[in-house]
Amino acid sequence: MKTHLNTLYVTKQGAYLAKDGAAVVVRVDKKPQLRLPLHNLDGIVVFGHVGCSPALMAAAASAGVSISLLTEYGRFLAAIVGFTSGNVLLRREQYRRADDSEKTLALARSFVQGKLMNARTVLLRAARDANEGERKETLTATAKRLSGRLVEVNQATTTDILRGLEGEAATQYFAAFPSLLTRPAKAFNFTKRSRRPPLDPINALLSFVYSLLLHDVRSACEATGLDSVVGYLHRDRPGRPSLALDLMEEFRPYLADRLVFSLVNRQQVTASGFETQETGGVVMDDQTRKRVLVAWQERKQEEIKHPYTGDRMTVGLLPHIQARLLARHLRGDLDAYPPFIWK
Amino acid sequence: MPHDEDDLLPISALQHLLFCERQCALIHVERLWEENRWTAEGQILHKKAHEGKPETRDRERITRGLPLRSYHLGLFGMADIVLWRPPPQQQSRSQTLRQAITSATADELTEWSITPVEYKRGRPKKNDCDRVQLCAQAICLEEMLGVQVPVGQLFYGTKRRRFDVEFTPQLRDTTAEAARRFHALMAAGITPTAMYEKKCDTCSLLEVCLPNTSSEQSAAMYIERVLKSAIASDLP
Repeated sequence: MKTHLNTLYVTKQGAYLAKDGAAVVVRVDKKPQLRLPLHNLDGIVVFGHVGCSPALMAAAASAGVSISLLTEYGRFLAAIVGFTSGNVLLRREQYRRADDSEKTLALARSFVQGKLMNARTVLLRAARDANEGERKETLTATAKRLSGRLVEVNQATTTDILRGLEGEAATQYFAAFPSLLTRPAKAFNFTKRSRRPPLDPINALLSFVYSLLLHDVRSACEATGLDSVVGYLHRDRPGRPSLALDLMEEFRPYLADRLVFSLVNRQQVTASGFETQETGGVVMDDQTRKRVLVAWQERKQEEIKHPYTGDRMTVGLLPHIQARLLARHLRGDLDAYPPFIWK
Repeated sequence: MPHDEDDLLPISALQHLLFCERQCALIHVERLWEENRWTAEGQILHKKAHEGKPETRDRERITRGLPLRSYHLGLFGMADIVLWRPPPQQQSRSQTLRQAITSATADELTEWSITPVEYKRGRPKKNDCDRVQLCAQAICLEEMLGVQVPVGQLFYGTKRRRFDVEFTPQLRDTTAEAARRFHALMAAGITPTAMYEKKCDTCSLLEVCLPNTSSEQSAAMYIERVLKSAIASDLP
């Protein structure tokens, strides 16, 4: 039975990961610091200057544990995975639909619907807890605007129109972002989404958490036998994991954005944990990064009832279940792809 | 209709086919496999059964992990254990088993008692899947060696004993029919739709198959319903 297992995150610069029997050993300065059985892991994510022995790479690949290599700041560089899993027929169907503009539109619409619905719910939940008038009003008004976008999304006749609507909705949603903060602090001012580089702490947090989410969604696609680079909402671009990005949309508000705001609102991260670089880019320090990783892991352990299947599961399993529902749809078991819609 | 070497499919899949055609397609067409406690125990048991050198006990020779195939069924696989008992007049101990078999005439070979033994965890099952798997091994042995294999044995971990299985014409028919259906399933490449049944709860692929979500519930209608209620609550 598929269960959500741990992901090992290694941020210690200069660390070396090796295989020891059926376990992975993390060494720092040649001294073993941590030893974990491979069968307890579903992924290993290493940041920056961290080494991996070839024996570990092979053992991890054959145990179905993917190793992702990220920059120190969390940008994805490469993954070590075993043989392509799954079924060539599923992949072919995935490609055929990507070549068919109507089928592409239908799938892209599902991803956008999931994203907008969840963005709307994030805003409405925050509005429910907000007591001041202005914040509450902004949040509710933006949620309504997103509902308006959802109506248009239903009527969109091309994928390009859909992409445009999604862009507009994102701008409106991010405009309401500051209202998600319960205690406005100057350090956590947010004006708009910036990525390359992130220009404020909230953007730095978002980028980092999105990269963790992307890792999980991408692994879920690959483990299900889907090709994570051929997407529908996201166009093909060499090196871009378009399907993983598609599938990630519905999780952004629910998993990533909410986590970022609760970290700030609960003061688990503070302004002093961020540093502004010469060109204006903002990066977090090691301690902040670790806190985010711990919070992310804890978040994934939480239990939820899946709104479509009705099964109880951990939050960490959601990307896997959604990837499977997508595969089921592609293989003809389901008449549509039901995105994860948080209630 | 004889199959080519390239066409051969694994014997072990027949048990999946007889358990559930969809499970069989998920594993062999879609290449999905989830390990659970039962499958892991089964693997360990088989590994143990395959380990060890050939031996001779009381004139009976024992081989382990023997590769098998049948062009007629279009199957290949491995026998956990095969027991070989030569007729009393063939006693030359210096010969290897291979030499003994190849040097025997066709008539002499019919006097050998050749018995495939398959190891299974748990207890004897109600359906035919274990017997069919064993029967397919017997048909392979017959085809490869030109011998008769009338009886095999199934060893069940829970009972810790072997049960004789007679390869009756009915069982041979069931086996050939299962092989035929398996080839048809693989050729079509289409996974049959799920129907939830009680046995699904014991299936290691439950969470990949999601039998509750297919066919019964329209995902399109689900999306429409959820969206409608959200939009209706927001718009005048």
